[in-house]
Amino acid sequence: MARVVDMPKLSPTMEEGQIVTWHRKEGDAVEVDDLLAEVETDKATMEFRSFDRGTLLKVLAPAGSMVRLGDPVAVIGKPGESTEGLVSGTRAGAAPATAPAGVDAPSEAMTPATTAPVLVTGGRVKASPYVRKLARERGLDLLTVHGSGTGGRIVARDLDGGAVATRVTAPSAAAPKPTSVPFAAPVSATVAREARESVSKPLSMMRRTIARRLTESKRDVPHFYLTIDVDAGALFELRARLNADLDKKISFNDLVVKAVSIALVRAPEVNAQFTPEALVYHRRIDLSIAIAVDEGLVTPVLRDADRKSVVEISEEIQTLSARARDKKLTVEEMTGGTFSISNLGMFGIDEFAAVINPPEGAILAVGAIRAEPVVRGDAVVPGKRMKLTLSCDHRVVDGAVGAKFLAELRKVLERPLQILAH
Amino acid sequence: MKSMRFREAVREAIAEEMERDDRVFLMGEEVGQYQGAYKVSEGLLERFGERRVIDTPITEAGFAGIGIGAAMVGLRPIIEFMTWNFSAVAFDQILNNAAKLRQMSGGQLSVPVVFRGPNASARQVGSQHSHAMEHFYVNVPGLKVIAPATPADAKGMLKTAIRDEDPVLYLESETLYSVKGDVPEGEHLVPFGKARIAREGTDCTLISYSRMVHVCLDAAEALAAKGIDCEVIDLRSLRPLDEETIVASLTKTHRAVVAYEGWPYGGVGAEVVDRLQRLAFDELDAPILRVTTMDVPMPYNAKLEQLVIPQAHRIIDAVERVTYRRT
Repeated sequence: MARVVDMPKLSPTMEEGQIVTWHRKEGDAVEVDDLLAEVETDKATMEFRSFDRGTLLKVLAPAGSMVRLGDPVAVIGKPGESTEGLVSGTRAGAAPATAPAGVDAPSEAMTPATTAPVLVTGGRVKASPYVRKLARERGLDLLTVHGSGTGGRIVARDLDGGAVATRVTAPSAAAPKPTSVPFAAPVSATVAREARESVSKPLSMMRRTIARRLTESKRDVPHFYLTIDVDAGALFELRARLNADLDKKISFNDLVVKAVSIALVRAPEVNAQFTPEALVYHRRIDLSIAIAVDEGLVTPVLRDADRKSVVEISEEIQTLSARARDKKLTVEEMTGGTFSISNLGMFGIDEFAAVINPPEGAILAVGAIRAEPVVRGDAVVPGKRMKLTLSCDHRVVDGAVGAKFLAELRKVLERPLQILAH
Repeated sequence: MKSMRFREAVREAIAEEMERDDRVFLMGEEVGQYQGAYKVSEGLLERFGERRVIDTPITEAGFAGIGIGAAMVGLRPIIEFMTWNFSAVAFDQILNNAAKLRQMSGGQLSVPVVFRGPNASARQVGSQHSHAMEHFYVNVPGLKVIAPATPADAKGMLKTAIRDEDPVLYLESETLYSVKGDVPEGEHLVPFGKARIAREGTDCTLISYSRMVHVCLDAAEALAAKGIDCEVIDLRSLRPLDEETIVASLTKTHRAVVAYEGWPYGGVGAEVVDRLQRLAFDELDAPILRVTTMDVPMPYNAKLEQLVIPQAHRIIDAVERVTYRRT
């Protein structure tokens, strides 16, 4: 008996997924646990493996389709078995229904792209010729328009209402890349106009997730911010000595991460989360580390940071960063953090306030180490300072609790040999 | 205006032209004594006599050739095929003589012949008698191919065909013969190469001809109830094809579905789609879809036959696709 295979839940927060590539084609034999397809979820590109044994009779959602959770993507059954009743009776998915003989179906339904998301392939927006004409006439930027037609195609109705789309420059990700555009030599204004058109990018799954989660956070979580300015002279010196003696580089960030884990052991009240029923205090110290990648940022989790040496932490963060850049992080690696750290010090940011990464209760924003005159005894001497800002969810972390944690953190950072003792 | 059936309109056109011009004569199987296989020529033998209403043996290649020869020497023959399916037997005459003699004789000869008869599906006439033959003939330069949907056009276009200096293939339909409609009184001529807007609309253009125009109108009615306003174009002249009207309609609606009898590979519909995408590419908001006879020989079984022939629900389905109401 042929059965319809539905889009499975491949991440805890997944509501829909985009088929990136099919690894089996119609007619192929399929064993239990065979890789059927890769699916881009809100978190990562996940493997979609078969729960069934049989023959892949029909692909209902070609590569590129966005499919809601539980909607049909394929039919598996015995070779040659009819899929007729199953397919026509299924709910409206992203898949184009099979066209009756004698009716052409839009050709992309027949020949799905093998890879790449629907909206843009190699920088190309899918839009009907008529929409392109309108865009030329009205000066619309199609990159800002959501396509509601087959396979995400922008069709005429998508321009109705929002007729004049504003030209938006996509803000750069957490790691702003230096660009050298600003003061080009003056060119003839008329020539320059075209070349200076804003560039927009359609939303990637990652960008959608960032937008949704951070909006939720800012909307639902009552943030407040506590900033300390610590003497980082000893930390600076410690790092220099470590890097002179070890054959690997330890970053300030590695040291700060370890310091945070120690401070969390001493002030565990901020390692907590709010739920409508109760406050949850975590005993594990699993740190979400914000890592900038090309399309945005991800927060893989460094587990049991309090039980790892700074060298282990350093190595693990390097591994996570590499996996993040290669989009290889699994959902498991990105969920279950208890406290977040975001460091923009390497980008020359002195201090900033980060947005809490729900459902965690707090996030620490780490600034750059600044060379500044400091007062030591009665003398003003050259010194190093570093600012750290804790964003707290006031529903679970009160001001005094946050302050206690920062005081512990200051103690570790200003007498950093402790970092090596844990 | 006078209300009449399609078959009466065809008969009136023949009679009026025979009355007007005594070079015009009708020839074919059962056109005389039997009064026409579908009663189109009823009364004509009595009225015009055996010299001008001529019964033939079952010899399509022969009487098609006689018609072409008669036209070459100055007569105005109307050659009736009992159905267009039988023209297959006369295909060589039509392809190699009727269509080519003007060009091959350097303009010394013309072939003002009309071939006419019912075309495409009827009710359970079997696989060999259900062909939509226009798709073979529209391919041929030198032929004009006409397929009216209403009594008014049936009359007006047949009269134009009889007066034309070149071979005209005029397609009727068994299931259209009883359709009633208003026909203008007096001299009524409908030019070739001009499509008719059968219904105005703004959301999607349905392009069709002959019997399928009526199916499109039914579909348009049902779609109107769903809030989709279709324009229905009756091509009526398949060759020459009225590009201007279909392009103007597409420019208004930005979406099109072509519905007609005949197999999906190539044919009139594919030609229409080609012209639209070429002439009005920037107007397209969706791929143009075709609703055709399914890609099989016509089944005899009544239910299967209806499954294979284009129906209103299939047109509705295609319109919902091109308007992105469904994927």
